[in-house]
Amino acid sequence: MRLAPPLTITLFLVPVAAGLIGTALPAFGVLPAIGGRAFSLEAWRALFAQPGVLTSIRLSVQIGLLATVLSLAIALSFCALMAERAALRRLSAWISPMLATPHVAVAVGFAFLVAPSGWLVRLVSPELTGWDRPPAGLVTVRDGAGLAMVAGLLLKEVPYLALMTLAALNQVPHRALRMSTAALGYRAATGWFKVVLPLVYSQLRLPIFAVLAFSVSTVEVGLILAPGNPPPLAVLAARWFADYDLQRYFAAAAAALLQLLVVVALLASWLAAERIAARLGTAWCERGVRIGWTEGLARIGAASGAVTFAAGVAAIALMLLWSFADAWRFPAALPEQLGLANWRAQGPRVLGVVADTASLALCTALVALLLSIACLESESRRDHPPTRHAMWLAYAPLLVPQIAFLYGFQVVLVQLGIDGRWLAVAWSHFVFVLPYVFLSLADPWHALDVRYPRSAAALGVTPWQALWRVRVPMLARPLGVAFAIGFAVSVGQYLPTLFAGAGRIATLTTEAVTLSSGGDRRVLGVYTFLQAALPLVVYLAALIAPALWFRHRKGMA
Amino acid sequence: MTNGADVRALRLVDVSIGLPGRVLIDALSVDVEPGRIVTVMGPSGSGKSALLSWIGGFLGAPFEARGELFLGARRLDGVPAHARRVGILFQDDLLFPHLSVAGNLLFGLPRAIAGRRERSAAVERALDEAGLAGFGARDPATLSGGQRARVALLRTLLAQPQALLLDEPFGKLDAALRADFRRFVFEFARRAGLPTVLVTHDAADAEATEGPVIALS
Repeated sequence: MRLAPPLTITLFLVPVAAGLIGTALPAFGVLPAIGGRAFSLEAWRALFAQPGVLTSIRLSVQIGLLATVLSLAIALSFCALMAERAALRRLSAWISPMLATPHVAVAVGFAFLVAPSGWLVRLVSPELTGWDRPPAGLVTVRDGAGLAMVAGLLLKEVPYLALMTLAALNQVPHRALRMSTAALGYRAATGWFKVVLPLVYSQLRLPIFAVLAFSVSTVEVGLILAPGNPPPLAVLAARWFADYDLQRYFAAAAAALLQLLVVVALLASWLAAERIAARLGTAWCERGVRIGWTEGLARIGAASGAVTFAAGVAAIALMLLWSFADAWRFPAALPEQLGLANWRAQGPRVLGVVADTASLALCTALVALLLSIACLESESRRDHPPTRHAMWLAYAPLLVPQIAFLYGFQVVLVQLGIDGRWLAVAWSHFVFVLPYVFLSLADPWHALDVRYPRSAAALGVTPWQALWRVRVPMLARPLGVAFAIGFAVSVGQYLPTLFAGAGRIATLTTEAVTLSSGGDRRVLGVYTFLQAALPLVVYLAALIAPALWFRHRKGMA
Repeated sequence: MTNGADVRALRLVDVSIGLPGRVLIDALSVDVEPGRIVTVMGPSGSGKSALLSWIGGFLGAPFEARGELFLGARRLDGVPAHARRVGILFQDDLLFPHLSVAGNLLFGLPRAIAGRRERSAAVERALDEAGLAGFGARDPATLSGGQRARVALLRTLLAQPQALLLDEPFGKLDAALRADFRRFVFEFARRAGLPTVLVTHDAADAEATEGPVIALS
């Protein structure tokens, strides 16, 4: 038990630290395996000699900032207007499955929706548009400004930030505060932004940072929705890492390191902007405006929230439809012929991929869950309240761009002789699974009344037994949810699978990304639908199993 | 400790409890004889609950505690909570919500009572004596407050403690139930010969113990 925290930290932070070093060295010319022996700046010269590299950087920053600011604004507006509604509890139960759906599945589904040959155009064609073939000049995905990628990211990040806000709201007396602002004459959203938001913001900072870091540096969403020439910086780095010309590694490492610097600079700027916003916010509160443009903006934001949610659901539904479409020509709004042909054709191959995906997800989520329990229990026994530092540690793998350390980690795996093996991929998934599992479990764990395990101890039961017979069953539901989240995170991993698997291990996610470039939509539908369905099934099972198990126990609801 | 009657007394010797930079309890010594109830009173923040936690073996950071604790001849301070055989009742019943009433009681029953049938029989006997016959299969969440309080007491007693700690266990019951349940608890404690420490706000509780009162400030 005592060894659990150091063991866990080693298992999930060593890859990050070693990976960063392993990427930084080649960026400065050191990679003995392919002849780099001396320190040099050649890699950086090669990077900046590349035409369009500045555009790549600007594109990454633009996409990341826009996606973060918009998703935050929409999520907050939504919570400001909805937080007191009784329907919200039910609503959040509907939002959370969106979190379980991998980014790649959502991005592919979103492309199905908005592409020139996508469902939205089909819905109004040819009646309104006169198009009986996909319009050639229209660019709705992979547009040069990266707007499609921003929109695609919103579908995932809005629900995530909304749920994080709702969770934070539980810890402040937001209803009472809203009632007192209303009594002073403030309209709903205005009162919420002025009084409630400042109380919950500090708890949202790390989730916001995770969204920002991801949006700036995601490779998989970029491959599907971002422009290709020049691509965002992380995609550029990934492309060079995959180049046959090994000398490209040096420039790739430099680009990956630059990506890290970009993220660090953006996070720092965000912190600075927070201070300015806090100043302005205080002044805004002190002016005493009761009703202003905030109301209207919040309404627009909340409506956009509903639109992103509907788009997310439509994206997943479209994948299902495409996977069963035997024939679906433009501009038909619905498939002309439904059937099992795609599933039959893909069946044998897809089963193997599903088995690999599921085994990786089950094992990493289970190990992460057990280690999280061990860490939390060890902390409880020593009466150590978790520090802010611990939270930052847990978030580290979510804040450091994947591209900046996965290559270096692969170098370590090669030296250990396990690269390309199942174990290597599982370990690289674990790095990302553990933080999510731990973070989702920590709050319910600390919320459990300590007098329950104490009562157990007073009844003569050993700490181990108190853990397995009291804490674990009482936390069955959050444990199930934490496991399901871990499972979903593992299913969604693209770069870790690619790098640690050395291209030899395929999951639904890597297959979907590969197929997304010009593949058959019906085949892509099969893969992305499974990719979305697998985590959802586990998530539902995690909710239903404890409910069934304790159906005769009202106190467990 | 040659005096037979003294064998299972709870003895606190020179107990001091404090928070960093603040002394709550300074060198308290007290003997609680078997079957007697000692009351600890004081405003919140005076350290009375900390004292109870210390006796039970639950006091952790940021509190600092010194002193010796004996149960008969056995020294308890330093012994882990689960091995102290000191029962505790809180203001809330803290029945485990995932177990039935009988499940909760079986949880408290020592391993020494072996065999499924014997264990169930022991639980049913206890429910019977407490006027809760036939409640074994019930979900604790469906019981009334008074019933839950009684089950919590039964669970504590079935574990065969050698001393009893009461952390304002009557605080949440309404006036009618309160005197009733109090009599019920005290009677059990006396009959079982348990040295008992009660923490309370209510002078009526202290009076009903017919024992000494320690006032903390």
